[in-house]
Amino acid sequence: MNELLVVKDLKKTFTLSAKQRKLERTNETRKVAINGLSFSAYKGEIFGLLGANGAGKTTTLRILATLISPDAGDAWMDGVSVRENPAKIRGKIGFLTGDLRLEEFFTPNYLYDFFSKLHGIDEDTAAKRKKELFGKFGIDQFAEVKIANLSTGMKQKASLVISIVHDPDIVIFDEPTNGLDVLTAKIVTDFLLELKQYGKTVILSTHIFSLIEKVCDRVGIIIDGKMAVCDTLQNLTKEKSMEERFFEYYERMGGDLNEK
Amino acid sequence: MKSNVMLIIQKELYRFFTDKRMLVTTLILPGLMIFLLYTFMGSAMSGMFGMDEDYEYGVSAVSLPASIKQLSENSGMNVVFTEIDTAAVSAVKTDVSENRLDLLMVFPEDFDERIMGRGDNGSVPNIEIYFNAASTASSEAYDRMMFVLDTYESELTNLFDINKDIEDADLAKDEDMMGKILSSMMPLLLIIFLFSGCMAIAPESIAGEKERGTIATLLVTPMKRWELAIGKTVSLGILALCSGVSSFIGTFASLPNLMGMSGSESMTMNIFSAADYIWLVFIIFSTVLLLVAMISIISAFAKSVKEASTMVMPLMIIVMLIGVSGMFGDGAQESVIYYLIPVYNSVQAMSGIFSLHYNAVNLALTIASNLMYAGIGTFVLTRMFGSETVMFSKA
Repeated sequence: MNELLVVKDLKKTFTLSAKQRKLERTNETRKVAINGLSFSAYKGEIFGLLGANGAGKTTTLRILATLISPDAGDAWMDGVSVRENPAKIRGKIGFLTGDLRLEEFFTPNYLYDFFSKLHGIDEDTAAKRKKELFGKFGIDQFAEVKIANLSTGMKQKASLVISIVHDPDIVIFDEPTNGLDVLTAKIVTDFLLELKQYGKTVILSTHIFSLIEKVCDRVGIIIDGKMAVCDTLQNLTKEKSMEERFFEYYERMGGDLNEK
Repeated sequence: MKSNVMLIIQKELYRFFTDKRMLVTTLILPGLMIFLLYTFMGSAMSGMFGMDEDYEYGVSAVSLPASIKQLSENSGMNVVFTEIDTAAVSAVKTDVSENRLDLLMVFPEDFDERIMGRGDNGSVPNIEIYFNAASTASSEAYDRMMFVLDTYESELTNLFDINKDIEDADLAKDEDMMGKILSSMMPLLLIIFLFSGCMAIAPESIAGEKERGTIATLLVTPMKRWELAIGKTVSLGILALCSGVSSFIGTFASLPNLMGMSGSESMTMNIFSAADYIWLVFIIFSTVLLLVAMISIISAFAKSVKEASTMVMPLMIIVMLIGVSGMFGDGAQESVIYYLIPVYNSVQAMSGIFSLHYNAVNLALTIASNLMYAGIGTFVLTRMFGSETVMFSKA
């Protein structure tokens, strides 16, 4: 299969502020967020990064989205390095995370047009795609309502659609179903599968085992910034459930459940 | 990619001009509040330091000479004299002290005769005048009566005249006088209003977007960081300018009231030529860009709007002190070096324009240096937008 994303030996360390040291109850001034992470994702697959909070999932995705730079290692998307050509990478990916929000004053309609223009999409193509996506997610109903007045689910739908205005080949979703009601979560889940059908590569981070089991082709389990295992969902869930497999690796990597 | 800068500018302006709350608080309220505040202050101050033309001063006098009564009435002072006996002096002093009367004057019985003949034994007559300094009316009655008496004494001695029969001894042109008044006040007021305008919107647009996570949404698009920085700086500059103009209009409309001017001597901007206005516009706009760049950098460091507002305070104090410095001295500085110092150069340039005595080279230098500093600031902002430590630090 064709490798669309290659991640090699990524390392990232953060400096902890006094406030963060107090919160994490440590005297260390630096924290290793990811330590030599490597994995690949193939064209047309959904790759899941599974891990507990603080395992390094979001840091990995932020590096892929070029929001932060790795201390060491690199990642390539379609042969383009995130270190060397971050602007080009940003044109290739769609990125959705809970930390990235839409300006509350604007309507989904305005923001869709705004981000389409930022991605350099011509008006006709943007209008056609908007009609299709707004219809699929039911955004037509609230296209002219300000983001501030939308429910969490509606906001998530709008964020999702706006993150893919430019029809990217690689879509990176950080905890896409977090905080959603069951109906909206289902719409998002179905959409992930639909993206796969269109040949898109989806990189997904989550701590929800059922979501991994439902949509992922391959899974990487991250524990304390290291890749514990990276394999197909089929292999990982052959004898055990995803949850059991996760805790098996968690304990094997020296994780202490009581610590958390 | 130039269109990305325009997109950011359009978005910021659209947001501002379609948000009624923001429009009222940033554009309408500053000018309106300044107009009302200054008008009220002007009325209150004129009431505190001066009496109405029609006010009738109540003066009790012992042995009031006919000459003084006549001179007082001729001076235009609206005064009602009540003649009293020496025995009543103590009671009348109480009346003055308790604001029931404005003034008590005690003349020697033979005042007129003594000043004609230089008095008995060569001694001069003494006039006792009692007033109440806590009362505006009493203080003014005292001052006006002192003026009448001083003038009378001068006429009696008359060793020499000063400006006799000369009506226009003050050779200052009207526009110079107006320029002097404006150049002492307007640079300070303008710099404060421009800074306030920038402060009202820049922290919200930079630190606010960072706090809400909306700026990160922009940072994952192919747009370059410099495009975002320039778009933000220019749009915030335009908005701050609008806010500054609102404050300027409010100030200018209320200035005659604040300075206690009557309708006939109202402020006029007719003294300024088109070139003066053009210089002023360029100075103001370049200053706004500089201030926006400075406040934006501070805001980008902050993690919230609240923190940004607190961090900007020291800068505000420095800018105000620089603005106050423009109130002193006789016109703008001549030396070129002063026109390279950020903010101070703008104050000096405005002072020169308002006093109608400026050097075009100095003004051009002010605009050029302000644009250069704003450019450096925008470059710093670009680097900050690209810094993960600045943009994504949580604590």
